[in-house]
Amino acid sequence: MNKISTAPVYDSARRVSPALEELKALFQYNNLVLQMVRRDILTRYKRSILGVAWTMLNPLGTTLVLAFVFSSVFGSTVNYAAYVLSGLIAWTFFSQATNACIVNLVWGGSLLRRIYVPRTVFAVSSMGTGLVNFTLSLVPLILVILVSGIPLTLNALLLPIPMLFLAMFALGVGLIVSNLAIFFADIAEMYAIVLTAWMYLSPVIYTIETLPPQYQQLLKLNPMYHLINLFRAVIYEGRTPTLNEFLISGGIALSTLLVGWLVFTKKSDEFAYRV
Amino acid sequence: MSLHIVSESLPDSMPVNKAKAQPFIDSEVICLQDVGVRYRIPSERIHSFKEYAIRRLQRKLQMRDFWALQDINLSIQQGEAFGLIGNNGAGKSTLLKLVARVFRPTSGRVLVIGQVAPLLEFGAGFHPELTGRENIYLNGALLGFTRNEMEEKFQRIVDFAELWDFIDSPMRTYSSGMWARLGFASATDVQPDILLVDEVLSVGDEAFQRKSLARMESFRENGATIVLVSHSMDLIETMCRRAAWLDHGQIKAIGSAGEVIQAYREGQTNPG
Repeated sequence: MNKISTAPVYDSARRVSPALEELKALFQYNNLVLQMVRRDILTRYKRSILGVAWTMLNPLGTTLVLAFVFSSVFGSTVNYAAYVLSGLIAWTFFSQATNACIVNLVWGGSLLRRIYVPRTVFAVSSMGTGLVNFTLSLVPLILVILVSGIPLTLNALLLPIPMLFLAMFALGVGLIVSNLAIFFADIAEMYAIVLTAWMYLSPVIYTIETLPPQYQQLLKLNPMYHLINLFRAVIYEGRTPTLNEFLISGGIALSTLLVGWLVFTKKSDEFAYRV
Repeated sequence: MSLHIVSESLPDSMPVNKAKAQPFIDSEVICLQDVGVRYRIPSERIHSFKEYAIRRLQRKLQMRDFWALQDINLSIQQGEAFGLIGNNGAGKSTLLKLVARVFRPTSGRVLVIGQVAPLLEFGAGFHPELTGRENIYLNGALLGFTRNEMEEKFQRIVDFAELWDFIDSPMRTYSSGMWARLGFASATDVQPDILLVDEVLSVGDEAFQRKSLARMESFRENGATIVLVSHSMDLIETMCRRAAWLDHGQIKAIGSAGEVIQAYREGQTNPG
């Protein structure tokens, strides 16, 4: 009866790295992540008649409005509707998923005081829900692209790569903001303002060429510029991104995720005291 | 003063149950060494980043330290039922949360060997808008079980909680007793190595209380370790062999349940 030797051992003194331990715990609790994504999707679509259709209709409607309003301003952009929609759904994924991180972690706060769960499940499941919605919103995008007469190339099969990079970046940002939101209640409000500004500083509804040259360089400091561009390259432009584009976007995504993860796991032991 | 009935690791900490004289009986499964837990409370509660930034600049940010637990040394053997008594705010629940990994100690060391089932607050993970069925799955996931394990457990959980009639109703329609039954049933479906019970058996009707006590008793006989927090001295005395009295975050007395309870009662009647 060698029960003890197989039993899990928790020793608060032996702590190699909180970041690695959290990663391990997250894998053990993968079912929790799935359940939370499932719950989010179910509760979102249970109440509305059109259900899943809204995820697709919403960006489509916004695109129609934007295309109508801005086509005279950015009229020179080829297939403006497809351009806007592709930027918009990438942006919507980012803003919704990072916001969900805050909401979920604050909701989960009452749990964290009572039982142990890996603290990152809230942010990771937010990404899961976001990616499901992101994937659904590809349907209207592909529709608009076909209607606009843009050729859909095999490069569209590369879509999971920019989506993964966006999710990694969003997770990194989400971990940092939700971490701050635990300590300060007004971070959620501030972040909403930041998001609005950030969107207008990203080439979502305009193209970089419409900016004066000196601002074009500045825009390239915005990580979302590179991530959105990579996404557009494969679906809107239908070209294979250059190695350089892959490396820049991948580098941004990975380093943001790494920083977010380290910051979050360093602070997460205090959550139970704070929430 | 001088109520230190410390009898750590005396032979009397061996379970009486002769039938269960198993080889693993002497192994230590929970060990707390010089453990302290400090809450940092800002002397005024600061809710917003704006306030924090302003105060930080003015250097008016004052923190008050509050030690919820201090210098705790405790060792619990496998198969033992251990009681924790003390007044409200003495640190009993904080101690359980240390073992459950909810809190990490500010100082000292916590060592726990085995799977822990926390019964801290019944149904902490339940969502009122979801049905009993959905909640069982969600709660199972919160306790770290896989979907397949939950499929297997589901039937037994509902059987034990006796809630088949309501399993597809939202939990907000449940009475507190039903809520507690489902909580106990889902947390104790499979015998854990260590069961943490925090003042929860007071809810539910008498029949269910008996049923849950019997289940805990059978866990203990099968070698599970139980840490029990209760204000009911009768419960501590019947369930536990050893107990500790916590007062203001410190262990006032530790030893056999009877002695500790007596010391606690004397301390209540003539404090100081």
